[in-house]
Parts: sequence; structure tokens; C-alpha cells
Amino acid sequence: MSETSVSETSVPEGASVPEASANQPLPAAVHPAAARAAAARPAVARRASTGRLLATALLLTALAIGGTFLLDPYRNYQLALVAATFCATGGLTLLIGLSGQLSLGHAALMAAGGYGYALAANAVTEAGVDGVPRFLIGMAGAIAASGALGLLLGLAGARLRGPYLAGVTLAVVIALPAVTAVFPSVFRGDQGVQIAYSGVPEFLKLVIVVEQWQAWVAILVTAVVVTWLAALRRGRLGLRMRAVHGDETAARLAGVPTRRVKVQAFAVSAVAAGTGGALLCFIAQSVSPGAYTLAYSLLLVVAVVVGGLGSLGGALAGAVVVVLLPWVIGTLTAALALPSDLEQRLSGNLPVLVFGALLIVVMAAWPGGLAGAVARVSTPARGFSRRVLAALGRSSTGGAPQPVASVSPVASVSPVASDPLAPVPAPPHPQSVPTESER
Amino acid sequence: MFHSTPRRRTFAALTTSVALVAALAACSSPAAVSGGGEAAAAPGITDDTVTIGTHTPLTGPAAAGYSSISAATKAYFDYVNDQGGINGRTIEYLVKDDGYNPATTQTVVRELVQEDEVFAILNGLGTPTHTAVLDFLNQNEVPDLFVASGSTSWNQPEKYPWTFGFNADYVVEGAALAQYAEDQAPDATVCLLGQDDDFGDEFIEGAELVLGEGGLAHIERYSVSNQDVTAQIGAMQAAGCEINLLATINGFTALAVGTAAKLGWFPQWYSSSSGGDYPTLVGYLGEDLGPKLLQGFTSSNYLPFSPSGEWVALFQQINDEYNDGAPFTGNTVYGMSVGYLFAEALARAGEHPTRQGIVDAITSGDLVGNGIVPLAFSADIHAAYLGVGITTVDQGVQDFVGATYVLDGDTVEAVEPEDVPVENAGVPTGD
Repeated sequence: MSETSVSETSVPEGASVPEASANQPLPAAVHPAAARAAAARPAVARRASTGRLLATALLLTALAIGGTFLLDPYRNYQLALVAATFCATGGLTLLIGLSGQLSLGHAALMAAGGYGYALAANAVTEAGVDGVPRFLIGMAGAIAASGALGLLLGLAGARLRGPYLAGVTLAVVIALPAVTAVFPSVFRGDQGVQIAYSGVPEFLKLVIVVEQWQAWVAILVTAVVVTWLAALRRGRLGLRMRAVHGDETAARLAGVPTRRVKVQAFAVSAVAAGTGGALLCFIAQSVSPGAYTLAYSLLLVVAVVVGGLGSLGGALAGAVVVVLLPWVIGTLTAALALPSDLEQRLSGNLPVLVFGALLIVVMAAWPGGLAGAVARVSTPARGFSRRVLAALGRSSTGGAPQPVASVSPVASVSPVASDPLAPVPAPPHPQSVPTESER
Repeated sequence: MFHSTPRRRTFAALTTSVALVAALAACSSPAAVSGGGEAAAAPGITDDTVTIGTHTPLTGPAAAGYSSISAATKAYFDYVNDQGGINGRTIEYLVKDDGYNPATTQTVVRELVQEDEVFAILNGLGTPTHTAVLDFLNQNEVPDLFVASGSTSWNQPEKYPWTFGFNADYVVEGAALAQYAEDQAPDATVCLLGQDDDFGDEFIEGAELVLGEGGLAHIERYSVSNQDVTAQIGAMQAAGCEINLLATINGFTALAVGTAAKLGWFPQWYSSSSGGDYPTLVGYLGEDLGPKLLQGFTSSNYLPFSPSGEWVALFQQINDEYNDGAPFTGNTVYGMSVGYLFAEALARAGEHPTRQGIVDAITSGDLVGNGIVPLAFSADIHAAYLGVGITTVDQGVQDFVGATYVLDGDTVEAVEPEDVPVENAGVPTGD
């Protein structure tokens, strides 16, 4: 059975028995290899895998933190930006890839997080709070603001479908500058809100510089957010989200509270995006509507599609692309020594063009995104890869440059275990067994 | 099968990341970053080049009004380089687009400082954008020269010893225009239209220094993201305004004048230098209507802008030769004047310029610049111009009327403008 057909037919069935115990055979939508492994594992696998999830998270976080010592300040700064962006793409990939709700307004949710952070941090700065407490209060503000907005959008999303939900989220991101302009005393209009500078803590001053400190903060916060997303993804909510995505009516018939699942998915994704926005605000010391445009919102969607919908590793790849591509292109055009007026015209516009081209190329070559491509490369000479290739080949001939939302059925079951970039390689779902064709 | 792959992959990922990291290796520790002591030459300085950089909007909504500034500065530097440069060094000017987005400004300025290792940041444009990098530049002790904004934020020598402004600040402009209004028509009803940010706030502050608290009969604000000021103009007309002070950027100056004309209302307009550039305004309003609507238009300026002046002649010549004959506007004069002031500071920093050296040269108070009032730079003042002249438009020509005001503390004084002659064909020397 190919992955495409799995996602189309058997998701609701798998989800229709959410209470099923780990060893009860169910035709779930899973990676074939994962399915086989899960079948071999005893019932305690779930607890063990939670331990493994946390261990992997700790290991990767420690690695990332250690890595900052080897990077120069500018690369550490870029690393911090990647981490912050990863929060947003991680949440978005879960929302689109798993629950099938398309949000074009995630930049607005990041902005909500940024403003929440800035306003809360500024409020307590006036009260004399500083350092770590201020950061934590700011984060709480960010989570509250983005969570509230996400909940509102989620409630709308539960009643709307596809293009209509996309339209609502689109309206939010377009309305952002107007909102900040209508309440200038709070949001300070287009100028945005500036926050006080948070430097390296005293006891670390001799060891690290400020960019490395920012990278540490961003990595730690992102690790928490992404571990949370990974746990949700492989837990019951993830399963229900897949069920709702696969066939909403079937899921409802099977007792899945589809509305609640959709609202939850949106709120979770919003909080992740808001945390990313708060980190960007922490790094840039300011938040303004100009930073969260419609173009940026669309870029986030492109990033998760290019990365591979539903895959956290893909979301990381997407975040790297969003942050580094403009820089790489800028470096290249500078090296080409173009006429200055042409360079002026290209700068800023060329990255958008390349993003578009990248989207088309990746979708045509690997509809599963970069995560799917990595899966192809990293498991050579196995029957599995042949099957994936076949599946990918089939779906790509079916409609390679598909509209964003319709790519998701393929990618939503993107092979988790074959994702070396995933900071939290989520183990396979316990409720899964090999299907007939996957002996 | 499953159990073997993740381990192998983790290993692969580990080795890959280690290899990547090793390839980029350059330590972030404070000692490594600050470099090995005094012996090393200043960043961005070689025997025959000086590399500096700027952030400016080349794309996005603010680009239309401002992207010509960095091009003009670059043209001036190209001219200087062709004359042999400053103390034998040519000036390399790196221009990075930030789209007027503070988050991008952070990125490009770090890139300039940490990747390109520029000697200084010159003329970073915009209040919100530049605010985002103030702390960064001062912590890294990078000269942050001649910021392109009239915010008073740049004039805080205690807090930001490495930052210097260029524009006459908005308080000065607001005060000078209000004083001119009072001198011209003591009994007129004076109102104000301002941008809803620091630009507007500080302009109001300046105007009220002269007119007193509540001296402005009516105040309206607008937001850049809303391209419609009909409501504001209507309210000002209803309030019986006779002289309207404008804390507006060029696009909104044109919008205000045009909207009022549509309502059949023709009050007097007194605009700040940021939004009072006649050629730019005519570009917005059109060649046929612009000159009629802008007859008598009053604006402040602190740079040489007399069509008959020798600076304008020199800059026009450089513009034709090195800037592909781009439209000659206030932005051209502005960009080239910034370039001239930097060249002068660099020349005065001596044969072996250091970052501290150029800051010392600026605070010494010896810089002359090319403005119509003397530069104010000193150890305690990091603002360039504390005074402005008044220009009006007559028959399509914008020129100084002779009235010049300087803000001294809280009082506005009328002074005589001082013309700085062009020496050595506009290429500064060290003496």
C-alpha cells in the first residue's frame, strides 16, 4: 500500500478507536518501517518512548548549545533567528500538515506574541523587574496574547473550511498595521514597541558574547516548544488531528470531537508561533507591524511546505531556508559585482523569486518536501525506499505543483523516523501495525 | 531495522553538524571577538581602503522617498575616490536594504559589523529601524555616524557615546517653523498635522516651545499605513486653521496639500525638511498642478539648497557624472552632504584612523561640514545642526528667504546664515 492511499483511506479508521491500546492491531496511517517496529514492541513502549523523546530533546539541545561555542557571533545570531523561526514553522507544520487547516496569518500570531512580550516586559521594567523574571513574564504575556488570538481564530476555523479559513487568517495579517495604528498609545503605530536591552548575565560575561547568549535563550525556549509539539503530535491530539484531516465526517461518526480538535490545533500552533515572535522581539529589542507582513506570512507557509508538511524536521529545514536564503542570495549577488542599480533592484526582490522557484522545484521533485527527500537519500538499498520512491513518483505525476493545501495528504504522514534533522525524532505511533502490503 | 537506523542517523547527524561547525569555526568568546589588543589595525581599514556601511530602505513602502540618498552618497564617494580618496584611502560604501523593518535592520547591521567588518556605520536611515541597533553598535564600540533621522535619541552622549545624528532634530525644526510663523503673522491660527510617532511628538514639542502650551489651535495625526488624510484635513479646515505646520514625510505632505486643494481650501503650509523637498513634491503632485499648489510653500532646511550656490553646482556635476544623472532633489544634496561630512571626519582622524580617532575628530568641534549653520558637535552634543533656515517656493524655485533660527536651550534665536565655501573641489583634507 502506498503512502498516498494510506492517508486517504485509513486515517479515520485508525483514529476511530482513539482509546485503542498500543497492541491492538489497527490499520493506521504510518510509516511502514515504523509500523513494523511498533508491532514488535510491547505495551510499555509508550512510556519508554516518552523517555526517549525527552532524552533526545535534551541531547539535541545540549548539542545545539555546545555548537554555539564554535560559531562566530554573526552565525550565533543567525542561529537564534533560525530557532525563533523554527517555533513558528513547527506550530504551522502541525496545523497544516496534521489538522489540515491552512493559516495564512501566522505572521500575525507571531506579532501577537511579540507585542505580548514587549508590553508585558515593558510593564514590569517600569516596576523595576529585570533579568530572568522579566523574560519569563514577557514570555507569559506572549503566550497569553498569541494563545487568545489563536483561540479566536481557531473558533472561527472550526466553523470554516479551506479557503474561507485561509481568508480569515489572511484578513488578520492584513489588518495588523491598522490595529496598531488605531491604538497608537499602546502599539505605537508603525514605529512599533521598543523594549529594554537584555544583555548577557554578569556571571557569563567573561565566557560568552551577547549573540551567543541570545542563541542560548532561543535554543532553550525553542527546545521546550518543539518537544511539546512533538509530544502532542504523537499523542492523542496528533492522532485526532490526523483523523479530522483525513475525513471529518468519518472522524465525527467515530466520536472524535472535531471542532474541539481543530480549535486545540489552532491554539497550540498559535502559542508556538507567539513564542517565536517573542524570541524575535527579545533578539531585535523591538516589535513593529512592518516585520510581520503578508509576504512573511506566506513565506512561513512556503517554508513548511518546502520542508515537508507535518514533519518537525521539515519545519526546521524551512526555518533555516527562511533565515539563510536571503543572506545567501545577498552574498552571491554581492560577489557577482553587478551594476549598483540592478543590485538595488534585486536585493529584497530576488529572495522572493527564489522562494517561489524553490517551492515549485521541491514540489515537483519531492512532494514530501525536503524531509521526504532526506528520507529518500538516507535509506538506500532497502525495499522501503523503492516503495517510497514509487509512492512519491506516483503522487508527483498526479499533480506536482499542487496548491499548498492539497499537498498535505501526502506529507501529513511524512516518515517521522526517517528524519535525521528532527530535533525530537518522535517515535512511531504505538497504535500502529503493518498493513498487508508492508510485510 | 528500526532500531539500527536512528542511531546511525544520529551519528550521521552528529558528524555532519560537527563538520559544519568546524568549517565555520570562529569562536564567540569575548576575548576572541574584541581582537588581540591595540596593535591590530582598526576594522575596515587597510593601507588603501576604508570600508563603511549603511542600512536603508531600497525596497518596501519607504523606498520611494529615501532610496536615492544612499545612491547619492555612493556617487559622492566615487567622486572622492577618483580624486585619490582620503589620505590615500578609497572609501568602500556597502549599502544594505532593510526594507524599513527594524528586525531586518538588526540582521543587516550585524552582517555589516561582524561579517563585512566595516569601520563605521554611516547614515543608517529611520528612527524605528536605527533604534533597534543603537545598543548593539554602542556595545561593540562601532562609530555610528550621522544617523538619517531627526529624532533626539541620537543626541545622548552619556548613554550612546558612539552615536551621532545628522538631521536638525524635529524639536529644532518645529520651533523654527513656529517662530517663523509668529514673525510673519503674529495673529494667525496655527495648526499642525503630524505623523503618529516620535517625528510628530517631537515636532509638537518644538512648536509648543515657541507658541506655548496649547498654542497650536488644532492638532491632527496620521499613520503612514493609511493613505487617506481627508478626515484630518477636513477637521483642520473646520477649525479655521490659517498656517498648517507639517511633521510629514514627502508623500504625506503632497497628500495633505492635494487633499486640501480638492476641498477648495488653500491655507499656508510650513513643512519640516523631511517632507518639504520641492522636486519630490512636484513628482507626487504632477508637473502641471504641483507648481501651482506649492506656490508660497514654506519649509525648513539646514543644507545648502540655493540653486545659485556653489555646493549645489558641485553636487549637480557629481550627480550627472557618477549617479547616471538621477533626478536632482533634496535627497541628492542630503546624501552627498553626508558623504562630505564623513570624508571630512575621516580626513581629520589622521593618517592612521581608528574608531576612537574618528569619534575624537567629530567631538573636537573642528568639523565644518557644509550646512547653513555651524555644526554643533562637541563632547556634550551629538547633534549635528541645532538650527535651520527657512525656504519658500516662488515660481517653481525653492530657495532660502534669509530667515535662519537656532534653538538655544528652550529659546529660539534668529541668526545670520553662514555659507561654507567649497574648497579643494569638495574633497576634504586633513588640515
